[in-house]
Amino acid sequence: MATTDTRINTEVVLKVDDLRTHFTTRWGTVKAVDGISFDLRRGETLGIVGESGCGKSVTMLSLMRLIPIPPGEIVSGSIVLDGEDIVPISESEMAQIRGSKIALIIQDPMTSLNPVFSIGNQVEEAIKIHQDIPKRTVMEKALEMLRKVNIPAAETRAKDYPHQMSGGMRQRVVGAIVISCQPQVLIADEPTTSLDVTIQAQYLKLLKDIQKESDLSIIFITHDFGIVAKMCDRVAVMYAGRIVEHGSVRDIFNNPSHPYTEALLASVPKMDRDVDRLFSIEGQPPPLHDLPVGCAFADRCPVVMDKCREQYPDSMTVSDGHIASCWRIE
Amino acid sequence: MTTVEEVPQYTEPGTVILEARDLKKYFPVTKGLLISKVTGHIKAVDGISFELRAGETLGIVGESGCGKSTTAKMMLMLEEPTEGNILFEGQDVHSSSSSVRKAYRSSVQAVFQDPWSSLNPRMRVKDIIAEPMVINWNITRAEQQQRVMKLLNDVGLNEYHSNLFPHEFSGGQRQRLAIARALALNPRVIVLDEPVSALDVSIRAQIMNLLKDLQAEYNVAYMLIAHDLATVRYMCTWVAVMYLGQVVELSPVHDLYVNPSHPYTKALMSAALPSHPDMEQEEIILQGEVPSPLNPPSGCYFHPRCPAAMDRCAVDKPESKEISPGHTLTCHLF
Repeated sequence: MATTDTRINTEVVLKVDDLRTHFTTRWGTVKAVDGISFDLRRGETLGIVGESGCGKSVTMLSLMRLIPIPPGEIVSGSIVLDGEDIVPISESEMAQIRGSKIALIIQDPMTSLNPVFSIGNQVEEAIKIHQDIPKRTVMEKALEMLRKVNIPAAETRAKDYPHQMSGGMRQRVVGAIVISCQPQVLIADEPTTSLDVTIQAQYLKLLKDIQKESDLSIIFITHDFGIVAKMCDRVAVMYAGRIVEHGSVRDIFNNPSHPYTEALLASVPKMDRDVDRLFSIEGQPPPLHDLPVGCAFADRCPVVMDKCREQYPDSMTVSDGHIASCWRIE
Repeated sequence: MTTVEEVPQYTEPGTVILEARDLKKYFPVTKGLLISKVTGHIKAVDGISFELRAGETLGIVGESGCGKSTTAKMMLMLEEPTEGNILFEGQDVHSSSSSVRKAYRSSVQAVFQDPWSSLNPRMRVKDIIAEPMVINWNITRAEQQQRVMKLLNDVGLNEYHSNLFPHEFSGGQRQRLAIARALALNPRVIVLDEPVSALDVSIRAQIMNLLKDLQAEYNVAYMLIAHDLATVRYMCTWVAVMYLGQVVELSPVHDLYVNPSHPYTKALMSAALPSHPDMEQEEIILQGEVPSPLNPPSGCYFHPRCPAAMDRCAVDKPESKEISPGHTLTCHLF
């Protein structure tokens, strides 16, 4: 269940303003992220939802400053983390911030862990790099982190290699590495898609417990509205590189105002009731190197108007804290 | 060879087409290089029974390692069961003549999870879809192509698509091609192995609706393997919940979601993601992971993780009982 808004602190830890990340390809400029803005408050979970190719992973990479340059480039915009804009800073400065202030959990723990080092070793590495603590306490600290993410018999498991552990365990080890440096912002890019449902439930609960304990702000990148419903306080829906709707989780579920959000919600089968026929969105998202002039969703939109094809709609306020980019709201 | 059967024979919806009786599949575990010795068996599937009916869908749910895929492979005759029978229209498939087996193979088709690896990248669409007919039916090239066009239309693609290669299609379209190929021989049963989980959210509904429409039109039976319980609720008529190679609960779909009875089913339901932030869910977080099928626990396989385990569960193996019409479960609580 999503937490109530009262718990949320109003202190903004991450502020993204008009971020644009473009890639130069032989087909032209791919506007993977094209002007997105959002705030992340302390202790809050923001969900970024969208289909593949909507720009959610490029958003994640931009926030971590991991965009390959070239072909990619952060063309404009700012990412203010803890009072500092991280777009113009140098790579060596960023290396200090990465991991200690902003951390990342990716989908497949097998590719984020090094297969030739034991997991204890990998947790220690993160601590050594980012924390100035006496050498002999590093191992103690690593074990404490492994216990924190509920790895049973941490002393013996610390000597294990990633391949000796199950998917759920590996993802917890990644979790231990992440929390060892006490970051303020955690970006979780589909961290549970490779896990089984019961293991997924364990993991999501663990993330929530960690968040409660350390007031961590989480950005959850997902395509699954179920995860959003369970974990997030606020949601940003992305389509073709832009945020088309942004609001609290209840705004999005109870009063979806962009036709895309509405259609997506209607096309997902429901756990708690029988559905006679799902709404299906026809067609596919447009290619990002050849976006239409107006609204990118116009071709698939059931309520499209002439204006939609001529001009991109600005974000309009639906209610307090709930915005959507659609001419229909005007 | 059969000649072209444009109109499949009509079966009343609900007629049992295929029946699995006490199917078991044990994989031997060996030790030693030259003189290998069997040291144990992985009981991938350990005595499961179910029926597939025309026009209906049986969903099989469970965590990885529960035997879903091995069951599907046995249905497709890609694995020989260690014990038990598969009855196709009343005939035992494995003890029948090779012609019966061949007919069975063309009547039971499959659609796999990943449409990027299930289509040959070097073949044109028309050849991919025609291939089952080339192998099984004695019909002319023109007749084949006519049927390819019809199948493409059935799955919502156009005739001009027939000359393209798979890489020219999107994921949803490729899955449509895989479905067209599965339909080519007028099958009676289609095994769907996670048919939508590799697709994008907005495309999933298209494919699920297409599968439902085709089922209504051709009266084919589906066996759907899935891990997403919401998808199963939408697609299926019956659901079998599997744990460590056994079916712990088998029920009509509505019954199972309204009244899940087995502790494992309840835990699965509570672990499933909610469809609304205000949806109330019982919180049962199962401890630990699925035990190894090489050395399953004594008594009821689920007892080490079961929140309602009694002393008896560690000793006695529960029998399956019918608690309401069509709803059977394997648990000492009932």
